[in-house]
Amino acid sequence: MYVAVKGGERAIDAAHEWLAEERRGDATVPELTVPQIREQMALAVNRVMAEGSLYDPDLAALAIKQARGDLIEAIFLIRAYRTTLPRLGHSAPVETTAMRCDRRISATFKDVPGGQVLGPTFDYTHRLLDFALEAEGEAPRARTSEPRREPTPRVTEFLNKDGLIQDEPRSDGTPPDMTREPMEYPAGRPLRLQALTRGDEGFVLGMAYSTQRGYGRNHPFVGELRIGAVEVEMEVPELGFSVCIGELTLTECETVNQFAGSKTEPAQFTRGYGLVFGQTERKAISMALVDRALRWEELGEEYLGAPAQDEEFVLAHSDNIQGTGFLEHIKLPHYVDFQSELELVRKMRAEAMGMASVKEAAE
Amino acid sequence: METPEQEIAARRGWMGLLARAPAQRLAALLESAELPGFDWLRVPETGGVMVRGRMGGTGAPFNLGEMTVTRCALRLASGEVGHAHVQGRNRAHAERAALVDALMQGARADEMQSSVLAPLAAEEAARREGRAAKAAATKVDFFTMVRGE
Repeated sequence: MYVAVKGGERAIDAAHEWLAEERRGDATVPELTVPQIREQMALAVNRVMAEGSLYDPDLAALAIKQARGDLIEAIFLIRAYRTTLPRLGHSAPVETTAMRCDRRISATFKDVPGGQVLGPTFDYTHRLLDFALEAEGEAPRARTSEPRREPTPRVTEFLNKDGLIQDEPRSDGTPPDMTREPMEYPAGRPLRLQALTRGDEGFVLGMAYSTQRGYGRNHPFVGELRIGAVEVEMEVPELGFSVCIGELTLTECETVNQFAGSKTEPAQFTRGYGLVFGQTERKAISMALVDRALRWEELGEEYLGAPAQDEEFVLAHSDNIQGTGFLEHIKLPHYVDFQSELELVRKMRAEAMGMASVKEAAE
Repeated sequence: METPEQEIAARRGWMGLLARAPAQRLAALLESAELPGFDWLRVPETGGVMVRGRMGGTGAPFNLGEMTVTRCALRLASGEVGHAHVQGRNRAHAERAALVDALMQGARADEMQSSVLAPLAAEEAARREGRAAKAAATKVDFFTMVRGE
C-alpha cells in the first residue's frame, strides 16, 4: 500500500491565498477595522472573550476579523494565543456586590432596593428589522437621569438575612484550575463553574432549556441579573500589597430555586450561579440553571438520569474547541485507516462468499 | 506626615488609576513632560492573570478566566522604583505607568498629581457618571392603576 505524504503544499498555499481574498470580500466595499468590530459587534466580541476564556476586547475583535465572523474559529484563535501567555498570577476574587451596574433586574421582587434598571437591553424591542440601520445616520444618544452612587445590594442577601435561602459561606481556598490540571470526575462545583463559564453558549443554553422542559426540572426564578463593571485586584509580591490591574464588564445571574430541607432542617430556597465575561446574559442565565441542576447530589436530590444532572456528560461536551477539534479532524486525510477498513471488509466478503460456494458445492 | 498605611493607600490609588487609564490618554498627558532616564528592573512583559470569582457572588472562589496584563519595573537615577501592572498588551502604557509611579515617590509628585493623575481621575469619574446616568434613565418607575374611583 502506497500513501502519498507530500504534494499538498502548493494546493494549501493557494487555498490560503484564496481564503485571504474571500475574507476581504468585494474590494469596492470598505474594509472593516478591528476597532469597528470591537465597538459595533460588541456582543460577538464578548462571546469570543467568554468562550476563549481571555478578556481582551481588541484581541477578540481581531480574531473575529481573521475568522471571517466564524465565532468558534475566533474562539479557537484566542485559545491558541492564550496558551502562549506566561501566567503572571491570579486575581483576588472579584467583588460583584460592588459592581457599577449598567443593568440590574430581579424577577422575584418588584420593589427591590436599587430598583429595576433595564440598561441597554433587547428586551421589549419588537424584533422587527430596522431598515433605518441600512443608512448612515447621526450617532444616537441615550437619555440620562440623576445617577445612583451607592452600591446595589444583592437580592439573595435579603433572602439570606431571614434564612430563606441556602447560605454561600465565604472562604478563601485556592480553587482547582482546569487549564493547569486535566479534568477528573467528580469535578466539584468550582471546576464545574470554570468549565461552564467558558463553555459553548449554544450547548449550555440547550442543557439549561432541557431542565426547563422537564429533564431534571429545578424551578428557577431569576433572583437577580446584573451587568456592569468590576475592578480586578491582584496581590503583587514585590510590593507587598494588592493593586487594581484593570476593569472588566461581567454578567452575573443568581437564580432562586425550589426548596431543599429535611426533617431536621427547615425548607430553604436553593441557588444557581452564573458569572460570565462581558454582556452575555443568555449565557449567564443558562450557566446558573445548569449549575443548579448539577448540584443535585449535594442538595440531597434524586438522580433522575437527566442529561443536565450528569456532570461528566455536561462538562466533557461543553467545550466547543474540544468538540470542533475532534469533530473536524475526521475530514482530514485518513487514507491509511480507511485502506485497512477496506481490506477488512473485502476479506470478510470473500470469506462469506467462499463459505457460500463451499455450501453450494456440498448441496 | 503620612502614616505607612496612608502611603500605601495613596499608591494603590494612583497605580489602579494608571492601570485603568486609556493608554493613549496617558501618553498624551505625558507628552509635554520631561521624563527622566531609568534602568529596567523588569522589562515590560505581557502575560495572563487568572481572574477569580466567588460562587454565588459571596462564597468560595472559582477560576473565571484570564485577562491580559502587561507588567514592568524600573529605577530612576534618583533611586525611586516604579512598578506597573496594566490591563492589556501595551508595553508603552506599562512603561509610562511605572514612570509616573516612580515620579510620584519623589520631588515631582505634585507635578504628576496635577498634570497626569488629576485629569485621569476626573475623566474616569465622568465616564462612570455618564454610564450611571444612562442606567438611571432606564430605571422602571412602577405605578399602580387604581380601579373604580
